[in-house]
Amino acid sequence: MRNDGTLNRREVATVLLREPGDLLVVTGLGAPSYDAGAAGDRPLNFYLWGAMGGAAMVGLGLAMAQPRRRVLVLTGDGEMLMGMGSLASIAAAGVQNLAIAVLDNGRYGETGAQHSHTALTTDLAAVAAACGWRATATARGMDEVEALRDRLRSEPLFAVLRISPEEEPRHLPPRDGAYLADRFRRAVGVEGL
Amino acid sequence: MTSASWQAQVYAALKAARITQLAYVPDAGHAHLISAAHADADMGTVVLTTEEEGIAFAAGAWLGGQRAVLLMQSSGVGNCINMLSLPVNCRMPFFTLITMRGEWAEFNPWQVPMGVATPIVLTAAGVHVRRADHADDAAELVAASAALAFDSAVPVAVLLSQRLIGAKVFAK
Repeated sequence: MRNDGTLNRREVATVLLREPGDLLVVTGLGAPSYDAGAAGDRPLNFYLWGAMGGAAMVGLGLAMAQPRRRVLVLTGDGEMLMGMGSLASIAAAGVQNLAIAVLDNGRYGETGAQHSHTALTTDLAAVAAACGWRATATARGMDEVEALRDRLRSEPLFAVLRISPEEEPRHLPPRDGAYLADRFRRAVGVEGL
Repeated sequence: MTSASWQAQVYAALKAARITQLAYVPDAGHAHLISAAHADADMGTVVLTTEEEGIAFAAGAWLGGQRAVLLMQSSGVGNCINMLSLPVNCRMPFFTLITMRGEWAEFNPWQVPMGVATPIVLTAAGVHVRRADHADDAAELVAASAALAFDSAVPVAVLLSQRLIGAKVFAK
């Protein structure tokens, strides 16, 4: 077993998404979407409520389509584990404008808080590094989180934030995918393309 | 018509459809398209560890205003089913070219299940399925299918039949 994290997930999300500007944000299903919504709903947040395992690759497609914009994928350990291969695909693609932040509580939060592989044996930052990500980080304290906020907006960085398994009150952002996609595209400026 | 010629026409149809991103898990039947994409400075290419990554990738490209195509083999379709809920739920276009196995002079029995299941599971998942059997209309079919996908914002799969691609020779 690996030690659980102690960071408060809402505090972490608030810091990472503070003053987002024109940051393009994709969130993985479950609590990371709720955290991002609680930090402040905006058209440039694209919340996934399904497609488990796909968040990082949505980020890659977006980053390659918008090379002058910064893209941040905010997801959970379970969702990232399901898309672990995408860490190889993304590193191989070599994009510079995409970063991934994993809110890692070692639990599958939507299904009864069963232990995930990161609570058992898996270090996702080490996985990313082995896949070819040259910049990786693991944070356990808020001072480290603060330092990561700017790095996640300027480097192709894979960061693991070791958060507490404690649940926060649900804050449900919009879940209509057609609405979310349309408002996102309008905000980026690509509707009608 | 030689096989290189119809594949070159298919690539031209992808370009004419304003596709600028091409994601794939490699397949011999897509070899010409893959190498054409890598040689094209105006086509982004992404090699995937598993096919469903390409569906999420295409959704991200669409959110950013670009059109993508996913190239895969019929065996990879089986990996895709839940991820298809992303373009379907979000009313996004999705376009894929699928080389068929398990249906024409197939040597490898492990290819047969997904060869049979591909059109059925794609249809069940909400994808519009088209099939190219002949070299002389493959490019036109690809062009019309891409237009359906991107102009009507629906998921579309073009199956390139094993007879068209040519059965894989395992032992010479």
